[in-house]
Amino acid sequence: MITQYLFYFLTFTAIFCALLVVFSKNPIYSALYLIVTFFATAGHYFLLNAQFLGAVHVIVYAGAIMVLFIYVIMMLNLNKEVEPHKSNIIKIAATVCGGILGLVLIAALRETELGEITEYSNNGIGLIEKLGNVLFGAYMVPFEISTVLFLSAMVGAVFLSKKNIH
Amino acid sequence: MQLTNRSKQVADTKMTWMERIYLPGIIKGMIITFSHIFKKKPTIQYPEVQRPIAPVYRGQHVLKRDDAGAERCTACGLCAVACPAEAITMVAEERKQGEEKLYREEKFAATYEINMLRCIFCGLCEEACPKEAIFLTDRIVPTTYLREDYIYGKDRLVEKMDHRVDVSKRQTNNLADFKNNSSKAHNKTI
Amino acid sequence: MLSTEIIYKIILILAVFTVTLVVALYSTFAERKVAAVLQDRYGPNRAGPLGMFQPFADGVKMFTKEEFIPGNADKQLFILGPSIAMLTCLMTGAVIPWGGDLTIGDYIFKLQVTDINIGILYLLGVVSVGVYGIMIGGWASNNKYSLLGALRASSQMISYEIAMGLALIALVMMTGSLSLGEIVRQQDEGLANIVYQPLGFLIFLVCAFAETNRAPFDLPETESELVGGYHTEFSSMKLGFYLFSEYINMFISSALIATLYFGGYNFPFQHSLGIEGNALSIVQTVVFFGKIFFFIFFYMWVRWTIPRFRYDQLMKLGWKTLIPLAILNLFITGIVIGFKNGFFN
Repeated sequence: MITQYLFYFLTFTAIFCALLVVFSKNPIYSALYLIVTFFATAGHYFLLNAQFLGAVHVIVYAGAIMVLFIYVIMMLNLNKEVEPHKSNIIKIAATVCGGILGLVLIAALRETELGEITEYSNNGIGLIEKLGNVLFGAYMVPFEISTVLFLSAMVGAVFLSKKNIH
Repeated sequence: MQLTNRSKQVADTKMTWMERIYLPGIIKGMIITFSHIFKKKPTIQYPEVQRPIAPVYRGQHVLKRDDAGAERCTACGLCAVACPAEAITMVAEERKQGEEKLYREEKFAATYEINMLRCIFCGLCEEACPKEAIFLTDRIVPTTYLREDYIYGKDRLVEKMDHRVDVSKRQTNNLADFKNNSSKAHNKTI
Repeated sequence: MLSTEIIYKIILILAVFTVTLVVALYSTFAERKVAAVLQDRYGPNRAGPLGMFQPFADGVKMFTKEEFIPGNADKQLFILGPSIAMLTCLMTGAVIPWGGDLTIGDYIFKLQVTDINIGILYLLGVVSVGVYGIMIGGWASNNKYSLLGALRASSQMISYEIAMGLALIALVMMTGSLSLGEIVRQQDEGLANIVYQPLGFLIFLVCAFAETNRAPFDLPETESELVGGYHTEFSSMKLGFYLFSEYINMFISSALIATLYFGGYNFPFQHSLGIEGNALSIVQTVVFFGKIFFFIFFYMWVRWTIPRFRYDQLMKLGWKTLIPLAILNLFITGIVIGFKNGFFN
């Protein structure tokens, strides 16, 4: 019962704040609403008993990435006064693109069939032990390769930020 | 010139590994600050404990009365002339019949004001006074919020009969001998 | 049973809340006292016996100051900033085990609000969200000093979170659990984690100083260069919230250091004392608070010993020293665990 109400509350919060991200004029407000959206999504993870995913979602997205976003917005001192005026053609193009994306999503959702809903609260599929076993068992090689990818990205960032390299 | 033997020669050499990890330095510093917990505190808890004051401390002035209670000041103006900060002003007046108990001499100070903001507490007024009327005491001038409150009139300078101010500490032995010599005109009582 | 459990949890939450606030209240007093005795002074000793009522005098002063919001400030965010700072620092007390179990009648009461199996991740998450209080407050003030303080706070906290996380991962690898209750129980059976993780402890300690914005890492509020940093424009209770959240953070991180590395509420030879059950639990809680108070004192001791870093030194220490050291620690821990489990045979 409580789970259901929580689900509706979180869903409403997520969608409402996602809309506010788009509609607020002030970039800082956009970023803050995005953080609230992330929290609502993390709440959904917790409802699905995927605690690890929820916590990592909060740490990585709300705690690190959005801090950097806000950091950049603060540094650039963007606010509603300096927002450039967009021409009508761009607005129409954006509307059309968004409409097409929506159409694709609706078409895709219409075709999907909901599988059998398993009792998710007790199988512990999102628990950290299970996740670890899966990641370091069946998906060991892809996981390690993705870490190498991250490492190379990090080395690249360090290399770019170094000044006196010929 | 060497003031202390604690000075250290500064060298621009490369730091050694032990110096670069900083931990020994940090621990040393922490031990030093911790040892200060047990050191004697130099703070004086002011209203309860007061610092000893030298007997010749020069604080707030007093206008003395003689033993019979008459004001000694005769408004000669020597203190005002001697004052390097020009802090003293006075208005002289002639003593009337029946005021002999109040004023020692035939001329007296109707008003006598010292501006405590100007005063530098040098004590020259005390030295200039021929009548032993003005003295500096070991009292501290209290602070107030208004400038006007620092101009001390006779109401605050003249000593109260029921609250005499002892200035004997400020007198040298020579002076005390001189005062006890009753043959001098200065010491005669009227 | 369920209702008893819920009522007990509500009481425990209120108790933890009250204790946190009282400890933070007296930390402000202790800070001034410790500063004084380390500098050969007496410190506040006028309000009440030994100055014990000083925090209340300070609180009354804070409350009765003028509530001021600058004209060009963003009003909603200006109020939101201190609220987030206070909210996040109070949330962290929920997962810390404050003592052993109490048995009353048939019920066993845990002295821990919730023993979730991702306790450490929860703490990292809450701490990482705590930056927003400072960032939002600093930006909303519409003041250059505040903005600089906010930027410094955010970059400092992000930088040190990495090293802190890596130090914690080494600990988690060793204990095999993310639950704080489980970590404490393991230290009851074996030695305290400081014995196995000295380097990790050192890294975690330094990062904890940086995360709580305490000296020598109090760059976000350097009064000598940024006036007051992120809380320059704040007054009255909004400023009080910021200052208070700093002391609560200090209390919680002291509790965390004691929990993770110094055995939590356990103490040596506790099972050979001849006390059992509830009495032992109460003694354990007292010992735990003793450890916490030592670390709070340690925070203040360091503050009045070590001068503030320069900002580039801070970043250099975080990225070039602590992170490589944390990775090294992780590496060594991995190899030792591998040897223990016989991977190399």
